[in-house]
Amino acid sequence: MTARDTRAEVGTGDVQDSGHGGPDDDYPPERLAAIGREDLDHLGARYDGVHVLHVDPPPAPGSPLEKRATRQVSMLFALAGLFAFLFVFVYVGSGWFLPDWRWEVGGDWWGLLFTPMLGISMGLSLLCVGAALVVYTKKLLPHETAMQEKHEGSNFERVTAAATLQKGWHNSGLGRRKLLLGSVGFMGGGLGLMLLAPLGGLIKNPNAGNPLGTTSWGEGVRLLREDGTPVRPGDQEPGSLATVFPAVPGGNRESDAATMLIRLRPAQVQSATARAGQEDFGYGDYVAYSKICTHAGCPVSLYEQETSRILCPCHQSQFDVTQGAKPVFGPATRALPQLPITVDEEGFFVARSDYIEAVGPTYWNRERI
Amino acid sequence: MATATAPGAPRTALGKAAVELDERLIVAGPLRRTLHKVFPDHWSFLLGEIALYSFVVLLLTGTYLTFFFQGSMTEVVYEGSYAPLRGVEMSVAYASTLDLSFDVRGGLVVRQIHHWSALLFVAAIVVHLMRIFFTGAFRRPRETNWLIGIALLVLALVEGFAGYSMPDDLLSGTGLRIASAIMLAIPVVGTWVHFAVFGGDYVGELIVGRLYIAHVLLIPAIMLGLIALHLLILVKQKHTQFPGAGRTEHNVVGVRMFPTFAVKSTGLFFVVFAVCAALGGAVQINPVWLWGPYDPAKVSAASQPDWYIMFLDGSTRLFPAWDINLPGDYTIPALFWPTLVLPGIIFTLMALYPVLERVLTGDTASHHLLQRPRDVPVRTSLGAMSIAFYVVLLLSGANDVIAEKFDISLNAMTWAGRLGLILLPAAAYVLTYRVCLGLQKHDREVLEHGIETGVIRRLPNGEFIEVHQPLGPVDAHGHGQLAYGGAPVPKRMNQVGGARRAIRGFFTPIEEPIRVELEQREESRGLATAEEGGRELTSAGRPTEGGRPSEGGRPSEGGRPSEGGRPQEPRD
Repeated sequence: MTARDTRAEVGTGDVQDSGHGGPDDDYPPERLAAIGREDLDHLGARYDGVHVLHVDPPPAPGSPLEKRATRQVSMLFALAGLFAFLFVFVYVGSGWFLPDWRWEVGGDWWGLLFTPMLGISMGLSLLCVGAALVVYTKKLLPHETAMQEKHEGSNFERVTAAATLQKGWHNSGLGRRKLLLGSVGFMGGGLGLMLLAPLGGLIKNPNAGNPLGTTSWGEGVRLLREDGTPVRPGDQEPGSLATVFPAVPGGNRESDAATMLIRLRPAQVQSATARAGQEDFGYGDYVAYSKICTHAGCPVSLYEQETSRILCPCHQSQFDVTQGAKPVFGPATRALPQLPITVDEEGFFVARSDYIEAVGPTYWNRERI
Repeated sequence: MATATAPGAPRTALGKAAVELDERLIVAGPLRRTLHKVFPDHWSFLLGEIALYSFVVLLLTGTYLTFFFQGSMTEVVYEGSYAPLRGVEMSVAYASTLDLSFDVRGGLVVRQIHHWSALLFVAAIVVHLMRIFFTGAFRRPRETNWLIGIALLVLALVEGFAGYSMPDDLLSGTGLRIASAIMLAIPVVGTWVHFAVFGGDYVGELIVGRLYIAHVLLIPAIMLGLIALHLLILVKQKHTQFPGAGRTEHNVVGVRMFPTFAVKSTGLFFVVFAVCAALGGAVQINPVWLWGPYDPAKVSAASQPDWYIMFLDGSTRLFPAWDINLPGDYTIPALFWPTLVLPGIIFTLMALYPVLERVLTGDTASHHLLQRPRDVPVRTSLGAMSIAFYVVLLLSGANDVIAEKFDISLNAMTWAGRLGLILLPAAAYVLTYRVCLGLQKHDREVLEHGIETGVIRRLPNGEFIEVHQPLGPVDAHGHGQLAYGGAPVPKRMNQVGGARRAIRGFFTPIEEPIRVELEQREESRGLATAEEGGRELTSAGRPTEGGRPSEGGRPSEGGRPSEGGRPQEPRD
């Protein structure tokens, strides 16, 4: 019997399910041994529901076309190896027989190029491997068109699987033994809760001691610049802004305490209107506002003194310094809280109290604290 | 000796070893089935693979980075080799990031490869998702895999955010501060959520360590599991395919896994890795040493997140200042809507889309053949609308940079974004709908009247007409009788073999027409391998010629002698 006949004999649909033994009975070793490799491949494919419809053969062995393609692929693999060795050469050699790889400010060019050289040599090497493999499939492998069958689910399998499941459930008696079922449910719920309970360790009460509504500012706390020096009223030019922190240990690293001390220009002082009840929070032509944006908590840093506007670089909320730092554009809804300031007996700025409202972004019960 | 008893038994050492192995593990059957799996041969199926391979690159480079990174917020004074920051107080996380960039040989290139492949990973997921959406590949029975895909996308966003927040530099700290504000903005439980995640008020000393373990263990583990499930379901359900000759709802036409697809796909892996490696080496990304350590009182202008979070930054910038004050002095902050509700709606709609479409169209059948976007104008237009919406948000995430570079008022950019968010999606819908209908009409027209040949003929009565090449049999009026089958309709003569293939070259021809002609002649005699253009046509055309699926194979193939050597076409 020829290979072609054997192929026609193999059906399509149910052969896959014929299980072990089936094909071995149909194809004893002697018969298989007589079939060529190509046909065995197609025969096996048939068992997997795959039909090879068409094969474009690769270029004939020894043909100029094949030689050229082989040269191309080999060249790409060789280049890949070359770049890989280049990577190793640069990686290992730097600081040994090549200049040191470390990058220094104002250092030599080798340190500057070390990372690009590694990345580019690695990239070129990998790219050559990729290109070689693609050229390989395109020019040296046969191009086949295969077709694989798709099967819908089988009713037989559904019914039999369901029967096994139902039988198991029936035998367990859980449907009848209500007490057992109830206790299993109780156990499941308890066990689940028990395993989740330790996560309770994560929970902390945000309302204990009002951590969100308070900062380190308080009566008599000095305003310090970032370098720790106190500020006098004469220190700043009109129109300037300085970031100040409370004079407590670690005050300059606190996330909510940063405050902008702004000296208004004479023109601004005239047009300035404070928020109701906060008219006396400033000191002379100085006002102090929280630096933490009331929208999403970014530091509002960009002060444009011509327009009296403070801009938050994160979402572009703009606050008008002459209107009590009221938001005039963008997504922020509330004015920046104002810190009441005065001058102590030594002539340095101090806070008169903490902020009278919570600093930073709005939250659910902010107004209640 | 073995041959005497068992004909065909392996004689080589490798063959014997393989038999030994199979006697123990019985893997020959499953292996053969795997090797025979058929993959459709269309470029758009590579998109998911790109995502998969960049994930592999992420795992490789990420594991390397964990050898050096320390996710701790303990304050130290930097004494490493980056001079400008020497003596500066910073967290261990930031210091170890500097160390792995400056004091670990090759650490910087790996860190940058990691960052670039993360960007590529999310981008590939998004483009893959668009392919699935626009071709209708999510329809029954593939809704589960669509859901897994959406879950993977969301996890990828969270994973990326956790990753770039870990170094504790000024930029990532700003992002974390916004994340903290977003948590606080949740109604009722916001402050509780914040205190559980941060272990107290912002910023505390725990968050980087928690992000670290989430970034390297929790989220990647879930993602790995979901990816495995995604692929398992894919193999189980088999691929979808575009309609074409010989392609039906009950088969997949393409190439077998081994060797063609395996080699090609491995090639793709190397190309993906190569792109990430070259970018990681040559294009600087997130130079954290320039930003400096995080300081709650400092910020740099143009603080932008990675591209995949930028749409949320954009929505936050555009959303108006609308706090909702409830009785009892409770507040729902404006920040809540653009950062939590909007993405919630977006991802819920995306996840539910297959169900919505099924309910609205009443189409509950299983589909394995893909649709061309033009054939489903409503879905395509909805997709274009969503993309327009997304792009406005994305651009608004960079509106300060755009305003600065193009010297536009920042407030104008914000208003343009707000208006664009409402107007552009609607415009995109209408435009896309018209384009789809136009393309549909053109397909029908070519089927009815044939391909425009460019040949103008003058009739005896003086009328000029263009000669059309019918694609198939015509009726008494000269109208084509072919029905539209959901597959591309050839529209140029060289697509139906009526002219030689197009000369290559984008701006100017890069090859001699005469050489192409000669090559084509050689090809027709079976001497040359076909190039892409010709290949597509032949592979699409073949199944009809030889495709009697139940029998398979053309007789000429079946009868081919096959004594181990490669089959050869007859030569002249």
